Amino acid sequence: MASSVYLCLLRAVFLVCFVNPLIQGLSEDESVFQNPHHQQEENLTGLPIVTFKWHHVETPYLVIIWVFVAGLAKLSVVELNHHVISVVPESGLLIILGFILGGIVWGADRAQTFKLLPPTFFYYLLPQIILDASYFMPNKLFFSNLGAILIYAIFGTCWNAATVGLSLWGCYEAGVMGNLDIGLLQFLLFGSLIAAVDPVAVIAVFEEVHVNEVLFILVFGESLLNDGVTVVLYNVFDAFVALGGPRIDAAEIFKGIFSFVVVAFGGSFLGIGFAILLSLLTRCTKHIQIIEAGFVFVVGYLAYLTAEMLSLSAILSITFCGICCQKYVNANMDEKSVTTVRHAMKLLANGSETMIFLFLGVTAIDTEIWVWNTGFILLTLLFVFIYRIIGTFLFTWMLNKFRLVPIEVIDQVVMSYGGLRGAVAYGLAALLDEDKIPEKNLMISTTLIVVYFTVILQGITMKPLVQWLKVKRAAHSDLKLIEKLNNRAFDHILAAVEDICGRIGDNWWTRGWNRFEENYISWLLMKPKARKNRDYLFSIFHKLNLEDAINYVSEGERQGSLAFSRSDEAANVDFKKQFGSEFADVMPNIMVDMSNYELGIEHFSVTSIVKDTIPSVSLDIHGQDRKNAMDDINAHHLLQQHLYRSRKHHRHKYSRSHFSINQNEDEVQEIFQRTMRSRLESFKSTKMGVNPAKKITKHHKKELTHKMPNGHPDGTGHLYGDEVDIAVGSETGAINSTFMRDTYTVGAGIENPVFLPDMDSPTHSPPWLMETEAVAPSQRAQRRLPWTPNRLRRLAPMRISTCSTDSFLMADVSLTLEEHEEHSQTDHVEMRPVFD
Amino acid sequence: KKLNISHSQITRLYSRFHSLDKGENGALSREDFQRIPELAINPLGDRIINAFFPEGEDQVNFRGFMRTLAHFRPVEDNEKNKDLTSGEPLNSRTNKLHFAFQLYDLDRDDKISRDELLQVLRMMVGVNISDEQLGSIADRTIQEADTNGDMCISFSEFTKVLEKVDVEQKMSIRFLH
Repeated sequence: MASSVYLCLLRAVFLVCFVNPLIQGLSEDESVFQNPHHQQEENLTGLPIVTFKWHHVETPYLVIIWVFVAGLAKLSVVELNHHVISVVPESGLLIILGFILGGIVWGADRAQTFKLLPPTFFYYLLPQIILDASYFMPNKLFFSNLGAILIYAIFGTCWNAATVGLSLWGCYEAGVMGNLDIGLLQFLLFGSLIAAVDPVAVIAVFEEVHVNEVLFILVFGESLLNDGVTVVLYNVFDAFVALGGPRIDAAEIFKGIFSFVVVAFGGSFLGIGFAILLSLLTRCTKHIQIIEAGFVFVVGYLAYLTAEMLSLSAILSITFCGICCQKYVNANMDEKSVTTVRHAMKLLANGSETMIFLFLGVTAIDTEIWVWNTGFILLTLLFVFIYRIIGTFLFTWMLNKFRLVPIEVIDQVVMSYGGLRGAVAYGLAALLDEDKIPEKNLMISTTLIVVYFTVILQGITMKPLVQWLKVKRAAHSDLKLIEKLNNRAFDHILAAVEDICGRIGDNWWTRGWNRFEENYISWLLMKPKARKNRDYLFSIFHKLNLEDAINYVSEGERQGSLAFSRSDEAANVDFKKQFGSEFADVMPNIMVDMSNYELGIEHFSVTSIVKDTIPSVSLDIHGQDRKNAMDDINAHHLLQQHLYRSRKHHRHKYSRSHFSINQNEDEVQEIFQRTMRSRLESFKSTKMGVNPAKKITKHHKKELTHKMPNGHPDGTGHLYGDEVDIAVGSETGAINSTFMRDTYTVGAGIENPVFLPDMDSPTHSPPWLMETEAVAPSQRAQRRLPWTPNRLRRLAPMRISTCSTDSFLMADVSLTLEEHEEHSQTDHVEMRPVFD
Repeated sequence: KKLNISHSQITRLYSRFHSLDKGENGALSREDFQRIPELAINPLGDRIINAFFPEGEDQVNFRGFMRTLAHFRPVEDNEKNKDLTSGEPLNSRTNKLHFAFQLYDLDRDDKISRDELLQVLRMMVGVNISDEQLGSIADRTIQEADTNGDMCISFSEFTKVLEKVDVEQKMSIRFLH
């Protein structure tokens, strides 16, 4: 501990000592750089072996030196936080360090030569942070809360801007601030630039606090989306200030509102367009996998700059580019490229964030910009804080009337406290035109003070506040088996009850969109191979194998050699034996599961996923312990992969390799058959009490699969365990042979006594066979289901077995009947089961 | 009415009840439910249908229908302040969990035994998993929840182990508000 403290201090000293003379030397050289050049040329008598070519490398050298310094600063700050005390958030410490550095530079120069210039900030430092945030955005969570986020972003920001501006103006008119050269419009302009919650600051503070997902996504989503409003308000008021008061009439105001629509939606659609471009690109980059990772950054940056060029909202553009492209890009690209993109993106974002905060500190040490007006500054702080609280509570109260799960009061408190301002506000303030706005320096000073206040003070107090208020924290990522099981059960229950009630519910749109997306968009934007491999089973299987392999190596090394036997890993090995042969030839293009969705950057290595999921692998070599640990993990994975999906399929936890398939058709078949079977059993057992004779028969899955909806043209995705004993040869001709799965070993299935029923043949058919309009009309009836009422009739008495041969009657007769029915879907053939 | 559902919702649900009721006798039987196609492809469909019918009966009238559905009302904040003398509302978290618990516990002995759990797992899981694997999953599940070592999950153990799960969201339907 002590050594790292010393190391940390050493670094700080190094920083100071190294940077100081360098900067001093450089800044002196700057004024002088012209002369040496001439002098050298004049004094050139002999061949100079070595020359000092500062002016050649000046600009890039300074840039790199600052990047280096920022890196060292981050290192020191992290070490400090780690070993000494962790009270101030890293961003706050960086700002303070920036003060120190700024002091050094100013001391050397008597002027602040290194400032955070708005173009540098907006074009070089901000885009990668936003791209990183949007690329790793948990989409499901984001879109399910989109309504709330939009309300906060649009109306909340407008409210903040208006109230702060007007209140300040009111106070000014009341004479509290003394004499300033400011008008109402300028107050409103100032209000609009100070109103926006800053995404960089929010990430920086919240990532250390780990509040629950919904709260986080609300604050964070708001901070991202409010840029649309901020840009519009800023530009509108800027133009109004230029126009002057008298020329503003209703037409201008209307244009202002209209421009919001154009800017916001234009930016978003532009971003979506670039996302499509990016997805299409990655679809074609099979042979240049080395550089396909670069496309993500290039196209993302292009989206940003293009929107900026068209005066649309650049942040919105890059946000939607990241959000929309993540699924397809991750599916299309090679695993290594995906890893590369992840790490590079985190690196760039982290670096930028560090530099931003550092420069925010450096910029402060500048006597030129500081104008102190107590009234203005204090009132701004007060109003910003108060109106944020009022606005949050107001809008939440309105929202809670419409939300399924209301936002709690405690969450609202954290939300209002988490309205941090950051570098964006400063950048906008620095962009102000001094001629039009004479009090620019006052505004810059105030903005800086607000930023420091929120980042440092609110950042420090955020964690204790969260703990004190007992805010619900982020759920532990490792769900227990029973929780997973119950989650899935709840989904099924909810879907069933929704169906019983016959209402569409909110879920309908999600399901409809998922279906649309699966069929059309994925077809366009995903590689065909990636589409096939969306199958849940493949991804889990691949991940399991990867983990096994890594496990094997680490265990072997612990034991001394890799030659120890692993014969007791029963469940795992069996699984591989069962499926290894068929899947061996299909190499899925699967991504490693990154189940940590946290936007924090420390939980991030590829191999950490393995170590994280095996917490109980102990160092002692007891085989039993190992077995238990492995079994535990296997049980988790087996359950996870095999649980049927429900229609609702709510996944709040963002996970990269679990591509959402809403309804796997094979699952649907299985469940349907099983249900029908059990219903038939119970029906028969209640109506008659006779035990029938058992008969062996084969079973037919073909016409079921044949009738499958068009959404699944390729049959190779259906490896989900339809055991198919394709029985009768006469029918196979009519059947698409891709559905035959003869490689599936029968022995791999299950012999489950539940599915060997004692069947009797009913003397009259169950009700769902009799009715002509058997189905209660529901919205879902229009949508394609594998079976319509007419088909239902045929299926029930038919033999549907899980695996091995079961006993059923009347299969032979039904065969012939099926042949007739195969191509006619509207015949109402009354199927009378026949005894043998 | 203790169910606290708004008038318009009741009307809507009554018309739905009516459309499901083919026999026109003012009560629903199991076959009426089974006619809904989506339930057939829901693994827990049959059990949920059973949940509507009180013990031993084969018909459910509208009141019973609504009573079961009332479990799925969203939890409201102000209900936390309700005095305890009026009894817990049907859509409280405990009652929602109880509803789910009863789906597992078929013999109504207030315990989920290993066999019952196996049955549920079998229903919810694909056919690829062998019995042994399923058995070990069931064992592990019970192990996670079982605190008193009786190899069964009682309702209190069930509640405790699910305290992190957001039951209020997962078992609520908005329009019943």
